[in-house]
Amino acid sequence: MEIVMAVVVGVLFATGTYMILRRSIVKLIVGLGLLGYGANLLLFTMGTLRRGESPILENGHTVANPVPQALILTAIVIGFGVSAFALVLAYRASSATGHDDLDELQTTDR
Amino acid sequence: MERLIVLPMLIPFFTAVTVLLLRRPMRIVRFVALIGALAELGVNVGLLVRVSGGEVLVEQIGNWPAPYGISFVLDLFSALMLTLTSVVGLVVLIYALGSMDGDRERLGFYSLYHFLLLGVCGSFLSGDLFNLYVFFEVMLLSSFALMTLGGERGQLEGGLKYVVINMVSSTLLVSAVGIIYGATGTLNMADLSLRLAEAPPGLSTVLASMFIVAFGIKAGLFPLFFWLPASYHTPPPAVSAVFAGLLTKVGVYALFRVFTLIFVQDTAYTHTLLLVLAGLTMVSGVLGAVAQYDVRRLLAFHIISQIGYMMMGLALFTPLALLGAILHIGHNMMVKTSLFLIGGCMGRLRGTYDLKRMGGLLREQPRLAGLFLVAALSLAGLPPLSGFFSKYILVRAGIESEQYLIVAVSLVVSLLTLFSMLKIWNEAFWKPALVPRNEATAQLPSTVRQHPSAWLLVAPVAVLVLLSIALGLFAEGAYTLVLRAAEIMLNPEIYRAAVLGR
Repeated sequence: MEIVMAVVVGVLFATGTYMILRRSIVKLIVGLGLLGYGANLLLFTMGTLRRGESPILENGHTVANPVPQALILTAIVIGFGVSAFALVLAYRASSATGHDDLDELQTTDR
Repeated sequence: MERLIVLPMLIPFFTAVTVLLLRRPMRIVRFVALIGALAELGVNVGLLVRVSGGEVLVEQIGNWPAPYGISFVLDLFSALMLTLTSVVGLVVLIYALGSMDGDRERLGFYSLYHFLLLGVCGSFLSGDLFNLYVFFEVMLLSSFALMTLGGERGQLEGGLKYVVINMVSSTLLVSAVGIIYGATGTLNMADLSLRLAEAPPGLSTVLASMFIVAFGIKAGLFPLFFWLPASYHTPPPAVSAVFAGLLTKVGVYALFRVFTLIFVQDTAYTHTLLLVLAGLTMVSGVLGAVAQYDVRRLLAFHIISQIGYMMMGLALFTPLALLGAILHIGHNMMVKTSLFLIGGCMGRLRGTYDLKRMGGLLREQPRLAGLFLVAALSLAGLPPLSGFFSKYILVRAGIESEQYLIVAVSLVVSLLTLFSMLKIWNEAFWKPALVPRNEATAQLPSTVRQHPSAWLLVAPVAVLVLLSIALGLFAEGAYTLVLRAAEIMLNPEIYRAAVLGR
């Protein structure tokens, strides 16, 4: 199961990176979202996946690790807030400049 | 007593929430914000005095024992950073009281400002990596909002770059945190410093590189700094100043913490990499500054080159080098903030940040010119100002470790720093005013020229410049205190014993 998850994480990171490198602001935001999902799944997988185990300690019994789920929950909430902000910012930036093209946003670079 | 170490987080939190709920009248909001910053400074100085003997205070939230619960740790380095943060926080707040426009105040500037301080202070206190990430996010989200508050075109453009690069760096950070948890089964930094030795050496090198990239983006290290000069000059001067003083330093703090406590097994690789990056950071930052004619962009490039000096101290990894680096952080927080504030005053007086269109400020504003000269010479490292001692110690540490190349680089960069500071001096202060005055002022909105030298704007700069002079004159007191902090950092057993209780 971990192998499948590792591949999924890899695909998410690869597509996210590709989308970030596009010139359109919308695709950039989508790419950031994909990268965030990849990181969350990575956190999830790192606690080793177990089905049907309780997260409470019992002697002589394997247990599911509850920590990564607490971590992901926090990361998802933070990611939600940040992406909402990034979406609004992208909208405001593109309506202020009249462009959806990152190559046009160079006035602060000179 | 130990429970009190959460106060540096609680005070900005409650101030921010109170300000947010009050909303108006603005007079009371400003007053509450000021009281909050004052209380923060008082508490942090108190904590610094408490740990100045070299103690490490630990608070386990909810009394869960160390590797399982959430720990907050206060050692001497954290206490120094907290105190410096609250000094910068207070003086920039006073500057903001005098300069922030009504719209931004009504949109929640003071509340965001205190949330920013909450994130910064929380990062300095966290004892586990995930908590560090969370406080980084608190700091970043408030900085996103502060940077774009007001919604001018430049702010939105610069803000977009700033937000995107920081989101990428946070994603990398959270992935690194996940992998380190998978490799060791813990996130507590004290516990990690024990357990990472058991992880495969290849994996720990990969993790070290991920942390260098993730924190390096936030600190503005060599190939990762391009967002900084593209965005730091866009918000109002008070916001730029607090970003310049605090935000990159939190990245530097995180690198210091992680590379003195956790990744110390393979210093031949990691710290050599850091040394190379430090040299390149210094050079590229200062060359960028030399080429600039916009005051605030010039100063933004100087942030980068000064980060290089701090990383040089970390990379050399001797007590003397760390001592120099910590002194340099303190010096830089004072001087850089004051230079940005002076830059803001210059922009207000002239209605432009373009050096070629400035001039005549020495005659018009002799006090401001004097403050600028002291701060600029301190940044370049002339004795007896604070910048001289920190650079002298770093150079000395470099010679003792026989890293002559980095020593040569740092000295040349110092010269170029002096050169670009003198460029501001010549263009803005020394040369006569170019544009006839009535023409220059005719196009300005009335608020820009309102009380340009009001004491609310000059007093914060004066306080910071005086602190820089004091740090130079009383260097010996600072030396002993900071040396103790450096020794605690180089002996992780002290930190581990305090957190894990064994």
